[in-house]
Amino acid sequence: MQQVLLTGNEAVARGAFESGVGVGVGYPGTPSTEILENFVGYPGVYAEWAPNEKVALEVGFGASLAGARVLVTMKHVGLNVAADPFMTMSYTGVNGGLVLITADDPGMHSSQNEQDNRFYARFAQVPMLEPGDSQEAKDYLAKAYLISEQFDTPVMVRLTTRLSHTRTPVILGENPSGPVQRAFQRNIPKFVMLPGYARNRHLAVEERRGRLQEYAEASGLNEILWGDRSLGIISSGVVHNYAREALGDGASYLKLGCVYPLPLKLISEFARQVGRLIVVEELEPFLEDQIKAAGLAVTGKDLFPRVGELDPEVIERGVRGSSRFKSYFPVPDGLPARPPIMCAGCPHRSVFYVLHKLKAIVTGDIGCYTLGAMPPFEAMDACLCMGASIGASLGMEKARGSDFARRVVAVIGDSTFVHSGITGLIDHVYNKSTGTVIILDNRTTAMTGHQDNPLTGLTLSKQEAAKIDLTALVRVLGVKHVRTVDPYDLQSLEQAVREEMGREEVSVVIASRSCALISRERSLKEMTHLDRCNGCKKCLRLGCPALYLVGDRVHRDEDLCRGCSVCEQVCPQGRGAAEDDE
Amino acid sequence: MTSEPTSVIIVGVGGQGIILASRVLSVAALKSGYRVKVSETHGMAQRGGSVITHLRYGSSVYSPLISAGQADYLIGFEKLEAVRCLPLIKEDGLLIINDQEIPPLPVLLGSFPYPELTRDSLRGSAPRLQFVPARACAQQLGEPRAVNMVLLGCLARHLQIARECWQMAIDECVRPQYQELDRQAFSTGLNLVAGG
Repeated sequence: MQQVLLTGNEAVARGAFESGVGVGVGYPGTPSTEILENFVGYPGVYAEWAPNEKVALEVGFGASLAGARVLVTMKHVGLNVAADPFMTMSYTGVNGGLVLITADDPGMHSSQNEQDNRFYARFAQVPMLEPGDSQEAKDYLAKAYLISEQFDTPVMVRLTTRLSHTRTPVILGENPSGPVQRAFQRNIPKFVMLPGYARNRHLAVEERRGRLQEYAEASGLNEILWGDRSLGIISSGVVHNYAREALGDGASYLKLGCVYPLPLKLISEFARQVGRLIVVEELEPFLEDQIKAAGLAVTGKDLFPRVGELDPEVIERGVRGSSRFKSYFPVPDGLPARPPIMCAGCPHRSVFYVLHKLKAIVTGDIGCYTLGAMPPFEAMDACLCMGASIGASLGMEKARGSDFARRVVAVIGDSTFVHSGITGLIDHVYNKSTGTVIILDNRTTAMTGHQDNPLTGLTLSKQEAAKIDLTALVRVLGVKHVRTVDPYDLQSLEQAVREEMGREEVSVVIASRSCALISRERSLKEMTHLDRCNGCKKCLRLGCPALYLVGDRVHRDEDLCRGCSVCEQVCPQGRGAAEDDE
Repeated sequence: MTSEPTSVIIVGVGGQGIILASRVLSVAALKSGYRVKVSETHGMAQRGGSVITHLRYGSSVYSPLISAGQADYLIGFEKLEAVRCLPLIKEDGLLIINDQEIPPLPVLLGSFPYPELTRDSLRGSAPRLQFVPARACAQQLGEPRAVNMVLLGCLARHLQIARECWQMAIDECVRPQYQELDRQAFSTGLNLVAGG
């Protein structure tokens, strides 16, 4: 028996492999990304990055229809994108088992919201399992495929950031027989969701719900751990472990492995045998409301926040009114914060420098470049969700007219553009906008750790792929004015952005340069401007981690500097001397 | 009744090799027969932001997160990030600080000074304290990025983990071409005399 340390994400990949999954598909998104990156390394499997989560789930649907066991992965907000196929897949059910991973992000470590995707399980009437450590993550995957095929339903497995990115020991199993295949058979009433067929399938969903409810009661996924019976704690996932840390043997625990549907008989039985009954859950009162609706006296969100992650201290304080966890050494006053920043040599830096300088109104998007909203540039007015920058800039123009629109720029990354920016750009063309879109083409999906996408020419398994020509794509949508600039060339970049913003037709500027973390090219020797530094600090307004002040002079960290020379171009002592106008 | 797990915080700035250090420690603990939980930072914070790893091992471990006042050891790869985590350290805990400053954005922009953080300035407001010139040690070995293994070696002096478990962990976690260097860096840290 081999025991290894795996993150929750690695354990999910392993669980899928051991369950004979043949097809894995998803779109990168923290904290889910490493699942497919690990899964693709197992022998005999196929895995891919889809352009977005909706396509991913549709590919998953097709693979299941054809008879394979399927793993579909995404972060919580990704399921909003995939909600359309998801809601109706509850009706069609599956052929090969299908497990959908939703990786939620309580605390918003790397997300724009902290929505609680347990509601999607109830919304779609699809069972949801929630593991509490990596061993459970692997074991629950195996269970989930059995449930999926036995009950003819997609099964959701909910992870949270803490589970996805925590390593715990896992005992590995085997994958003796390779990917599981079921036969494909035409079944029109089950898989073609015309209204007449869908009505019958909705009845099937309702009938399934009853059977799943019974299954949840006796599945062994839910576990009672008896301690002091004066206090009963109901929880699930990693929160259960926080609760045990906080309360030890001073409570009895009902740990729910299946969070939808709820085993209400088991919960009633547990409630009868304990004194005070408390639900401990992160985010929304999802369990609490259903338990209350079942007529049981329980408290929960009166004691714990609905916002952010829980931890043992918050739980102990909520339950006991005080906590034994206390600090002995306070943080010294007045420490400067350390927000994330664009890397040295980041090709996004100059774009936001220019947008700041031009006082543009900027609709932003999801990626590293959202940092353009932070000091020193603060050159972003909105960031909502994947792809929203382009539609939002059109909306601003339609509300305020084309004079106003000359100040508005949409900024979107290459992977995000392919994910869901293309349709927004079509709207610009279709509805006659004069807008300007800057595509930050750094040839990767950088924020999530450098995944390939349809513009990079490589697949998840590092096979060569057709490389979509971004300029040609934009042109064929009907955008007549497309130009590509090197963001390391500040003057050309500024000129391009200025001209296209002023243009009375829709236009696209592609700022094209590889992510500085990928292309390791450096050329440090040419830059001499810092030798003539007069302390004006103009370059510091680039917020580059390679530049720092010693006394009155700016110095360069040669380990960090990538030689992009943007600092030299803004420096009055450097190449920027002639055209300084700020 | 089981004994309390050992709790270690490793904190610093994205890109300093914190995740690799925590991996080596966690595998060494696993090889020693302990249960282990390690919670890492991924995603946006890695872009030059604060990065913190919570690592706990023992005969049984529930929470992967270390609560206020519960860390036996805190390794600060960067001074400012180390003191930011002071509230996590036990009253009799040990703070190991890499004597290195990485200016955060407000300091880079010149709007904030980098605070003075020395043995003297921290006296009385911090637990037992060990300043380590890890960067200088790593540079002597010819690879500044080996800072993480120097610091891990410093920590190893205090832990009940056998030398061969550390060896196996380095072999398992580190890419072959860096193993010899990392073993040397680890030994350097192990042999540093406590002090500052």
